[in-house]
Amino acid sequence: MKKIQYTGIVDAVAALCLKAAYDLPEDVLEVITDSLEKETSARGKSFIQQYIENAAIARRERMPICQDTGFAVYFVKLGEEVKIEGGSLNGAITEGTARGYREGYLRCSIVNDPLFKRKNTGDNTPPVIHIELVPGDKLLVTLAPKGGGSENMSALKMFAPSAGKNGVIDFVVNTVVNAGGNPCPPTVVGVGIGGTFEKVAYLAKKALLRKIGEHNADPEYAKLETEILEKINASGVGPQGLGGDITAFAVHVEYFPCHIASLPVAVNLNCHAARHAEFEM
Amino acid sequence: MSIIIITTPLDDTLVCSLKAGQEVLLSGVIYTGRDAAHKRLCELLDKGEPLPLDLHGQVIYFVGPTPAKPGQVIGSAGPTTSYRMDAYSPRLIAEAGLKGMIGKGGRGQNVIEAMKKYKCVYFAATGGAAALIAKCITACEVVCYNDLGAEAIHRLEVKDLPLIVATDADGCDLYQR
Repeated sequence: MKKIQYTGIVDAVAALCLKAAYDLPEDVLEVITDSLEKETSARGKSFIQQYIENAAIARRERMPICQDTGFAVYFVKLGEEVKIEGGSLNGAITEGTARGYREGYLRCSIVNDPLFKRKNTGDNTPPVIHIELVPGDKLLVTLAPKGGGSENMSALKMFAPSAGKNGVIDFVVNTVVNAGGNPCPPTVVGVGIGGTFEKVAYLAKKALLRKIGEHNADPEYAKLETEILEKINASGVGPQGLGGDITAFAVHVEYFPCHIASLPVAVNLNCHAARHAEFEM
Repeated sequence: MSIIIITTPLDDTLVCSLKAGQEVLLSGVIYTGRDAAHKRLCELLDKGEPLPLDLHGQVIYFVGPTPAKPGQVIGSAGPTTSYRMDAYSPRLIAEAGLKGMIGKGGRGQNVIEAMKKYKCVYFAATGGAAALIAKCITACEVVCYNDLGAEAIHRLEVKDLPLIVATDADGCDLYQR
């Protein structure tokens, strides 16, 4: 067994919170910069120019890219040969989140009770943690802070299989178009297809972690991604929902086998500041 | 298109001169407010009690900034999605004299009707440009609801805040074009 110390994970998670909030990942910056040339609307171009300038200020001055520093959502790959000493993995990630949000002057946006009390927990905990057990002796932690504006535009539908490809395409395109300027377009569109009710939502979110524009390995699904993206960008919603050619940077589809009776589809959007950061130990 | 320079507070003449699609640089005092603060203000209106601030001619910016680091006026401060305030904005426009709102994303028909009837303008700020926008904010202090943290009502002084007239007082709406 490989031993990893609880305190080491806390330190790494705290640092990860700051990195995710301040430093727009290279793949995102690249796609934003490319879109400046592709966008033909003057207003759209001006917004994209502001995104580039904003990312530079955030990186240089160690400021959050967006004031909504999000729900801290972690995707963890835990090697089966790893033993955590001095505490639990959940505990370490939670403590690291609280410390990172405090030390980084990040906004705490979590309320303790969704319906009645709605009192801010004051340290942006609890985080959402997805743990996958994998072979090996490594711990890989990815943080994807998720803002409320784009998260609120998510949708899930349990189709009958007869809806087929066209049903899926219409649902995804309508979800993105109806969201208008709310999720801060251009967005990255995560789509889950298949599995069960809870699995499909997870797939849609997981799809957002993929390097922007990288296609599904399955050629049929890769083609579907291209087809959906073209339809979304033909809508004219554009940057900030105020008109233009680029409404989404990419569509990422993840699929999973499903029940003979089902065709679950979920859509999860990421704003143009598609933040993510990771570490491995 | 030329850029319009405006200063708060806003009066009906100025509000009615602004047209959807125009680019604006706004300076002066504005107030922050999000879901929780709007709910409290409307609860006071329900009870017929006075509001903790005079909103006549004023502008509310839908924002919950990040905490200021030592030496900073404010942290990052981009707009939040405006439709969540649709349940409250018409009352602030009709009963409290609110003349302007700043946010991102389209507004409901109920808000647009109130804007037309009582003369109010809705500006779009650039969502996700929060560090850039913070550079336009020269002063920040809490007015009330300090217990709400980032959602407290703050008084901001802004200089040349870049905005677009998204919905004007005639009801022309850039999001619906």
